[in-house]
Amino acid sequence: MAAAPLRATPLNSVHRALGAKLVDFGGWEMPVQYSGIIDEHQTVRSRVGLFDVSHMGEIEIRGPDAARLTDFVSTNHAAKLRTGQIHYSAMLYEHGGFVDDILVHRAADDQFFLCVNASNQEKDFEHIRGLNRFDAQVELTSDRYAQLAIQGPRARFTLQKLTGVDLSAIHYYWFTDATVSGVPARIAHTGYTGEDGFELYIPAGEAVRIWNKLLQAGAEFGIKPCGLGARNTLRLEAKMALYGHEIDASITPLEADLEWIVKMEKGDFAGREAVRKQKQSGIRRRLAGFEMRGRGIGRDGYEVLADGVPAGWVTSGSPSPTLNKNIGLCYLPAALAQPGRAIQVMIRSQPVDAVTVETPFYKRAK
Amino acid sequence: MYPENFRYTKEHEWVRVEGDVATVGITDHAQQELGDIVYVDLPKPGTRVTRGGTLGSVESVKAVSDVYAPVSGEVTGINPMLAEAPEKLNADPHGEAWLVKIKVSTPAEVESLMSAADYETYIGAEK
Repeated sequence: MAAAPLRATPLNSVHRALGAKLVDFGGWEMPVQYSGIIDEHQTVRSRVGLFDVSHMGEIEIRGPDAARLTDFVSTNHAAKLRTGQIHYSAMLYEHGGFVDDILVHRAADDQFFLCVNASNQEKDFEHIRGLNRFDAQVELTSDRYAQLAIQGPRARFTLQKLTGVDLSAIHYYWFTDATVSGVPARIAHTGYTGEDGFELYIPAGEAVRIWNKLLQAGAEFGIKPCGLGARNTLRLEAKMALYGHEIDASITPLEADLEWIVKMEKGDFAGREAVRKQKQSGIRRRLAGFEMRGRGIGRDGYEVLADGVPAGWVTSGSPSPTLNKNIGLCYLPAALAQPGRAIQVMIRSQPVDAVTVETPFYKRAK
Repeated sequence: MYPENFRYTKEHEWVRVEGDVATVGITDHAQQELGDIVYVDLPKPGTRVTRGGTLGSVESVKAVSDVYAPVSGEVTGINPMLAEAPEKLNADPHGEAWLVKIKVSTPAEVESLMSAADYETYIGAEK
């Protein structure tokens, strides 16, 4: 069987021209690195990095019942969002497992804008449509947008050069619709790196121009284009979940340490009953952070042992360029998932010592 | 880029033979594909290896990759620098960041490996 052709973002040729290494990322041809993962990672922690994340999907919910539909498909309390505000949330199946993790933006009283994972977007769209018994319209609008993430302590100064809007007035997890270099842009004060920064939703046709403008504007701050490799090490240090790793259809928010995005008191929503039952009976496994003590990197899918017996598995594991340690996240029996527990990770058939630790691994100084 | 006096494998190792000792490394192409290298695992001196068998592994931030023995024989030495400075493999893969030395048991195996020109054609076609 021939592989399906890879999907590409509007910036594909720009990445090639910059010498990026391109890989198949969930069916998308995406840059994994330009100058190197460690260099890009450190650039975001210390200066500013620019990411093309146009593969991410957008779904818009509109109509008199937009808030009711959004609240029925998503676990956080959408009706409580004010216009211009954003929150992190989950969409769950009836059995309590994740359909996806999402960012919900309230664009108007009757209008919500969801940022969803690239490889889940069609599934998410069908899921929401299937639950739509409300007076609301659902539209998959991913093709209209390019999404750029500008992240790092100098992100604000870089972007400020290209927009008239006062970025310091946009609070964390709020957004403003304005213009960037004359182009209509949704400027969201969000990110997936654990660093300060913004995510921009712009017309797909303007992506190349805005990308180049941002690189020019950031030159004086040492901006670099960054790929999905650094995005992964950055988000792992900040303990941000990645669908297909920490979360998927077999994992619930309670297990993934994401109870804070599930608002039981708001009324009925898809998956509520399953979460209620699990809260009552208690969870059997829980996400925990670990650091390697022995030599090696506990990578995604590796088995974890506690007291010499199989106890769980690694969901994400990598060297941490900021901490200079090998870190990871894993599922463990709930009773073992506290910091300071000795565990072992099976690395190429050898048990290697590790210890559970507090998360996030990295928290930026405010 | 690729030294004329080396021979190359399809798995991106290089071999330089002097007398009956082969110095083995990974190619510049291999280090580029791997990205930032953070660990190198090598066999103990005295280990007998068979051509095509696993010689060790090289680990980057992103992934683990096996290194295969390009020739059969006995490992007589490993590069001591790589335990402390694996990033040298990114900087100088054809020079100071060699991996192991192997006392070659079957010299004819070397002849079947690719020349520099063949290897460059090979990696050109792989892209």
